[in-house]
Amino acid sequence: MLLRLHQIDKFYPTGEGPLHVLNGIDLSLEAGKSLALTGESGSGKSTLLHLVAGLDSPDAGEIHLGGTNIVGLNDTALAALRRATVGLVFQQFNLIPSLDVAANLAFQARLAGRPDPAWLKVLAKRLGLAQVLTRYPEQLSAGQQQRVAIGRTLAARPRLVLADEPTGNLDEATGDAVLDLMLSLVAETGAALLMVTHSNRLANRLNARVHLHAGRLV
Amino acid sequence: MVWTGLTALLSHWRRRPVQLAMLLLGLSLATALWSAVQAINGEARASYDRAAAILGQDRLAQLVREDGARMDQQVFVRLRRAGWLVSPVIEGEMRFGDVRLRVLGIDPLTLPPQAQQVNVAVGDELLPFITAPGVLYAAPETATRLTEQATPPVRVAEGLPPGTVLTDIGQAQVLLGAKDKISRLLLWPDQPIGRAPLKVTAPGLTLRQPSETGDLARLTDSFHLNLTAFGFLAFAVGLFIVHSAIGLAFEQRRQVFRTLRALGLPARVLVLLLIAELLIFALLAGLVGVALGYVVASALLPDVAATLRGLYGADVPGTLSIRPAVWAAGLAIAVIGTLVAAAQSLWRLWHLPLLAAAQPRAWARASERALRAQGVAAMVLLLTAAGIAQFGSGLEAGFALLAALLLGAALALPLVLTGILQLGGRLVRGPLAEWFWADTRQQLPGLSLALMALLLALAANVGVSTMVSSFRLTFTGWLDQRLAAELYVTARTEAEATAIHDWLAQRSDAVLPIWSVEGRVAGQPAAIYGVADHATYRDNWPILSAVPEVWDRIAAGDGALINEQLARRQELGLGDQITLPGGWRASIVGVYSDYGNPIGQVIIGIDTLVQHYPDVSRLRYAIRIAPGKAEALAAGLRAQFGLPAQNVIDQAGIKVFSLKVFERTFRVTAALNVLTLGVAGLAMFASLMTLSGMRLPQLAPVWAMGLTRRHLAWLELSRGLLLAALTMLAAVPVGIALAFVLLAVVNVEAFGWRLPMHLFPGDWARLAALALLAAGLAAAAPAWRLARLSPSDLLKVFAHER
Amino acid sequence: MSVRALLIYMCLAAAPAFGQGFAGLGTEADGFSVPQPGTAFNFPADHGPHPGYRIEWWYLTANLQAADGADYGVQWTLFRSALAPVERSGWSSPQLWMGHAGLTTQTHQFVAERSARGGIGQAGVTAAPFAAWIDNWQMAGRALPEADALSALDLRAAGRAFSYELALDAKGPLVPQGVQGYSVKSEKGQASYYYSQPFYHVTGTLTLPAGAIAVTGQAWLDHEWSSQPLAEDQTGWDWFSLHFDSGEKMMGFRLRDGGAGFTSATWIKADGRPQPQAPGALRVTPLETAAVAGRSVPIRWRVQLPEKGVDVTIRTLNPEAWMDTRFPYWEGPIRFEGTHAGRGYLEMTGYE
Repeated sequence: MLLRLHQIDKFYPTGEGPLHVLNGIDLSLEAGKSLALTGESGSGKSTLLHLVAGLDSPDAGEIHLGGTNIVGLNDTALAALRRATVGLVFQQFNLIPSLDVAANLAFQARLAGRPDPAWLKVLAKRLGLAQVLTRYPEQLSAGQQQRVAIGRTLAARPRLVLADEPTGNLDEATGDAVLDLMLSLVAETGAALLMVTHSNRLANRLNARVHLHAGRLV
Repeated sequence: MVWTGLTALLSHWRRRPVQLAMLLLGLSLATALWSAVQAINGEARASYDRAAAILGQDRLAQLVREDGARMDQQVFVRLRRAGWLVSPVIEGEMRFGDVRLRVLGIDPLTLPPQAQQVNVAVGDELLPFITAPGVLYAAPETATRLTEQATPPVRVAEGLPPGTVLTDIGQAQVLLGAKDKISRLLLWPDQPIGRAPLKVTAPGLTLRQPSETGDLARLTDSFHLNLTAFGFLAFAVGLFIVHSAIGLAFEQRRQVFRTLRALGLPARVLVLLLIAELLIFALLAGLVGVALGYVVASALLPDVAATLRGLYGADVPGTLSIRPAVWAAGLAIAVIGTLVAAAQSLWRLWHLPLLAAAQPRAWARASERALRAQGVAAMVLLLTAAGIAQFGSGLEAGFALLAALLLGAALALPLVLTGILQLGGRLVRGPLAEWFWADTRQQLPGLSLALMALLLALAANVGVSTMVSSFRLTFTGWLDQRLAAELYVTARTEAEATAIHDWLAQRSDAVLPIWSVEGRVAGQPAAIYGVADHATYRDNWPILSAVPEVWDRIAAGDGALINEQLARRQELGLGDQITLPGGWRASIVGVYSDYGNPIGQVIIGIDTLVQHYPDVSRLRYAIRIAPGKAEALAAGLRAQFGLPAQNVIDQAGIKVFSLKVFERTFRVTAALNVLTLGVAGLAMFASLMTLSGMRLPQLAPVWAMGLTRRHLAWLELSRGLLLAALTMLAAVPVGIALAFVLLAVVNVEAFGWRLPMHLFPGDWARLAALALLAAGLAAAAPAWRLARLSPSDLLKVFAHER
Repeated sequence: MSVRALLIYMCLAAAPAFGQGFAGLGTEADGFSVPQPGTAFNFPADHGPHPGYRIEWWYLTANLQAADGADYGVQWTLFRSALAPVERSGWSSPQLWMGHAGLTTQTHQFVAERSARGGIGQAGVTAAPFAAWIDNWQMAGRALPEADALSALDLRAAGRAFSYELALDAKGPLVPQGVQGYSVKSEKGQASYYYSQPFYHVTGTLTLPAGAIAVTGQAWLDHEWSSQPLAEDQTGWDWFSLHFDSGEKMMGFRLRDGGAGFTSATWIKADGRPQPQAPGALRVTPLETAAVAGRSVPIRWRVQLPEKGVDVTIRTLNPEAWMDTRFPYWEGPIRFEGTHAGRGYLEMTGYE
């Protein structure tokens, strides 16, 4: 099992006392599989994704990633995890504005110590970015930007790809095209995919789905 | 609606007191430094005006001798008997103990009403005033300085310039050793009919029209222009802080602006409200700034006063008076400065669509166009500077050159830094390093103003310290040449002087007279010295250029040496003829350097001096003796004649005194320099704080991809240091250019001497360390904040549109 | 006429208030000589200055007429005031000098004022040949050696808009005032040395903004010196010099105090013999006042000397004859009618 969550609890402090965002979540995902995480706004699905990515830590429970419980790891270890094991695709603001497309694409792979120019070339071609490699992020369309983000994530060959509404900022046609690309490329690299979405339509295209409601899986 | 809007806008500051403090601090500091300089200048000018206005010289015409020499007092009686309403004045410098004063002698009975600003010799005071030992009237400060000295009775009179005593003309003649002599005649404005023609009654006198500004105001002009330039530089640097703070506040309140607009507040009203808000801050900060300025000014004024006294013989009181003009000017400059600093933000608010999200890279690209324009402007300015250096003349041109040079360099800085960062980005390997350089380059537009401020401050520091150090080096060497004699003695009477001369004749190697008369040469005040034909001068005198056998020519009586400032101001050179007081002419046989002396100086042979000016006061001598015996001789001299300690001074004593004057001269400049650097550091801090708020979207992806916040924070700190270091590198050549202009142009115009430049890399290293420290401190706070940022704040970047 | 001492004191010592200056005059003269009765004049030396006395003046007034019959008045005064009873050469001389020049027409009053210090030659007086001067104003004797030094004088003065040059020739002797020149000023005994030359015939030229005017007439010179001339309660005075058409002269003054005042007069016969009148014999009564320079000043007087059958009404040529000097007073030409007719001069001080 690549990813296993056990009895995850997460509270957010609010004006009216702590808010129980995640309540006893158990979840697992095998390598090479994809899982959709759906739910309404505020149901805690993004929080869950952030916990898995090591961007945030739970108040209780365990998260086993590749056999290691990442809960309680220090900042440096978590950073290493993000660098080498997981890849993140967000709704927006994925890219480093001061670097051009080529540098953005290569950034994480180089950071992870796994530069692979040949694979990058393939990715750029597959993602239709070969013509825009010298451009800067804000010179790209939203769809192109998201493709760069996907490419950058996959360039590092992470074992787990985490995507948070990756097409949420795109119109439906562009979104579908981008999602298709992502799914097929993830499948080709053999990575697992955990994707947060509020759309049933998109969720149905993944291997499996779980629904989050008021902090509990239903 | 307007009130609601204003409340909403102002509520921002309640939540961000530090930002408000930064805005007010920047504005207050800028205003403070500016006001301090204004207050100092105002005080000095007021005292020159008082000096110029004394005896109504600003309103009354006067009769003077063309050569500035004193005239016989019978001229006065002759003019009165011919019907002319004139009043005699004698003036001169003299020492009471170790206090040097300007003595003004008047005749209270004929003094025109316009000349009676000071109530002296009223009623019963008249008799003691006109009969021995007389009465000295002096300003309170001067009177206090005189308490320890042996003088005639001193009375306090408000309204007299400091360093001046007013006394009866008869007593003044005695004090100044000028029996039956007067310096000039004040002319009553209303003259009776039927007067004899002036030419017949008083041939040789010329009419000098009332003048608003005295010699002092003209002499010190350059000094004050200098201070003003520094005040302005400090103010400009301070404005960078204000600019940053305002920019940040506008950026952060985008949401509020949008809401207010959505609620129906017209853009025009919004802008007006923001201007109102800024005006409130400007006035508030202006008041604090001027008050602070007075504090700074009163801390600096004693040094300025000492400088002016040492360098120009101008007496300025050591205490400040509160001037409404300074307050008004301070508030005005605060308001204008604020509006200038806010202009960009207001313009953007007016023109940019409110709904556009912040796009740093778009901003960066827009500023690339600005960068190109800036580069062109920089080129134009630097070319202008070169043009002025080549063809310009005059002090104003000198300062214009400085301004063009500094502004051009500042404008060119972002361009230069961009180039360096680009190069750096290409040279480094590794994703983080590449990102670091690329990201640093992207930060440039937001930081360039602060960096420009830093460049100005650093360049000014390098330039001024180079100038001062070069000057000090030259000055010390020059003192060694100029002060060749071992002892200097001043007798109290001519009889004593003769006795001292005879006594010394057997006990020393040489006794050289230091006798001089004052007068006007080529229309300017000047002193004429006589020198003996002696190796002391032949071997040591700091000659700049001279004809062969110059000292023989001087001894023969047909030549004159003039100091550098007289030569430069009057464009005199070897072989030219000058007319000396008394109307005789001499040929210039040499030019010598004479640092620290504002007026012209002429040196002729001692015999020639005595021949042309038989009344010359013969009180001072330089004594040559083996250095080891000097101290014993000085003690013997004091004991033998009962001379006060300050009447026998050894070489070292004069050198110490001269260097003290020198150091005080530049202490103000140094203080302003440090303050300016501090302000530049603050500007950098404010800019970095501003940027740190906008940085998150740029940093969050890197963090998400596997960098710790601490790591990011270190990189941010390094970025600040890198930029400061690069700016310092750029500042060194600019500073050297600045020093060159100061030494070769401004000093020549202002003081009349040109100095060789010496470089002091050690000073630069110290300054660089200081700059890095300042930048490190400025970058530390935002970096610290980043390191301590909660992950959820970073995550918000991905979750929401900002 | 010694009361004019107050004037010079006010001006030269520039005392801040009238009362204070007055009080100063009332005190005993420290070190200064005091006039003694029975001292004979010693001419020509006594024409010159007496530095041992605190105050002294040479005071000339002239009643002049132009060819068209228009009346003019001219005043020329040189005051000496000593800060100490010595003379020194140079600036430290304590002898101070002040000149007043006035020229009165029916419609205008011209005034000029000068001050100077002794010791340097700007102002002074020499006895023989006689010369009194301050700046370019002067009263210079041109008498023959055997004649009295004051018997022929050239007089001139100039101000911003006027000047005059007059030749004076005395047609009678010097006249001692009081008892052989010892003139008592108050019942407490204050006194001065005082003589006059009231018999000058005058010819000369006045220069006014409109041009030069040739004039003739008569003039009166007083020379008086003292050290302590006023009593403490005296606040001002009215002084009259009258040239009767009959050739006689009269000098009279009233010192005002809280009560009836102190009057004194000398009747001068046409041959110059003086007949001093007892204190109180002269009676002067203001008949009409006018506002002059913001003060109420009498401009018509009744003057009576019953002893000589004199009862005349005096009117001023120009009521505005105000001497706007540092210490201002009224001084101007007059005409009178009644039992006698003639011209003269009136001086009034201390009117508030």
